[in-house]
Amino acid sequence: MIHSYKFDDKNIVLDVFSGSIHLVDEVAYDVINLYESKSKAEIVDEVYSNYNASLGISRDDVLECISDVETLKAEGKLFAPDKYADIAANFRKKNFYIKALCLHVAHTCNLNCSYCFASQGKYHGQRAIMSYEIGARALDFLIENSGYHKNLDVDFFGGEPLMNFEVVKQLVMYGRELEKKHNKNIRFTLTTNGVKLDDEVIDFCNDEMHNVVLSLDGRKEVNDRFRVDNMGRGSYDVIVPNFKRFVEKRGDKSYYMRGTFTHYNTDFLNDIKHMADLGFSELSMEPVVTDPSEPAALTEEDLPILFDQYEELAREMIKRNKQGNGFTFYHYMINLTCGPCIYKRVAGCGSGTEYMAVTPWGELFPCHQFVGDSKYSMGDIYKGVTNTAMRDKFASLNAYSRPECQNCWAKLYCSGGCAANSYHATGEVDGIYEYGCKLFKKRIECALAVKLSESTSSSSEAQE
Amino acid sequence: TIQTRDLSKSIKDGGCGECQTSCKQDCENAKK
Repeated sequence: MIHSYKFDDKNIVLDVFSGSIHLVDEVAYDVINLYESKSKAEIVDEVYSNYNASLGISRDDVLECISDVETLKAEGKLFAPDKYADIAANFRKKNFYIKALCLHVAHTCNLNCSYCFASQGKYHGQRAIMSYEIGARALDFLIENSGYHKNLDVDFFGGEPLMNFEVVKQLVMYGRELEKKHNKNIRFTLTTNGVKLDDEVIDFCNDEMHNVVLSLDGRKEVNDRFRVDNMGRGSYDVIVPNFKRFVEKRGDKSYYMRGTFTHYNTDFLNDIKHMADLGFSELSMEPVVTDPSEPAALTEEDLPILFDQYEELAREMIKRNKQGNGFTFYHYMINLTCGPCIYKRVAGCGSGTEYMAVTPWGELFPCHQFVGDSKYSMGDIYKGVTNTAMRDKFASLNAYSRPECQNCWAKLYCSGGCAANSYHATGEVDGIYEYGCKLFKKRIECALAVKLSESTSSSSEAQE
Repeated sequence: TIQTRDLSKSIKDGGCGECQTSCKQDCENAKK
């Protein structure tokens, strides 16, 4: 299977199952797109008649191009066969070792964002704070169930995790003891709204956190529409100075500034540029996933606007990269030469199997987005996973598990997508969140265009 | 043709599971 598309002056061909990417000229673009549906003679006739006048090509030129395509096919770089279905079906069922936990250290928040999927941090329940004892037991549970995995991930999440900062610090110290004792490497991460991001927290994060996510929605008026405190006051003026101080002291360690865009700011590129102009360089801006009846929900009419914004974002990044003041965008970060293996690509995030969320009272859920939904409770950190049927259900989710994805060119990038998004959009974890699929495919096209602009200064090289 | 990781070859050299969980990337093995 191939996917071909044009981005500005580039003709791009992705070979889905080999992962190969080709930059081609107009003649090759047409030859490749006709290759599987027409005979060689028909391809020559059609391409020759299309380009003889404008490009001065001969029939032999077209034949030579067809020969190049045949060579690439023989090398497995074009029209490569799909041989991954069995891997997808069996990979998650080989073992149920756990390598990542999301610790909900605080089911409470000092902001009151109306679009919060966690219902202002309480997850449709009561306010709660994780005790050190529960957190330490969760880390023990992770170590006990990690099997051969050396690298483990622990994310401090909420609510607002800094509402329980003392326990966060104690748990990191305990985790460091466990690392030495069991020869493991724990990557701690934390997500914060920035309200309590003072110098003590900043120094601690810079010492101990592999990654930190800073929540900001962009421009002041956009951020303060939703991200307000319990008195209804906007948070921008409080959190931006904190974030600036954090990043100044962060050095070259990882962070992300992450925002959410809604129907109210479909011009989200302006928010990304605002973040970049504030001096933040590691950026992410995500579409809100909410009930379609909500005024903030994205609509079908928004789609062309969003597509245009993603394309303009790619152009902006290419421009700024050339100027030496570039920034990264989470979804456009694709490592072409040393990217993920096929196992990672077919199996996705591992929610419900190797990744789980832990509530303040020690209950296990497939991921943070299922917390509070009792039918997705999987067990607890004392008895382990007792709802094995649910684990088996999540183990069956992959890039090949949905019939609708069989002919999708993007499935080895989305890995079957997000089970929580599918659930919230369709009521089933194995449903299809079509709106998200459309946005995802546009983002991948743009991401590849950005990467290709780094690889080659102009598509004219394809004509040399 | 842009240089990319050959997915079919990663059947043999992939699957170690040591990469970071991704939702809230580089593969160290592929760099070797």
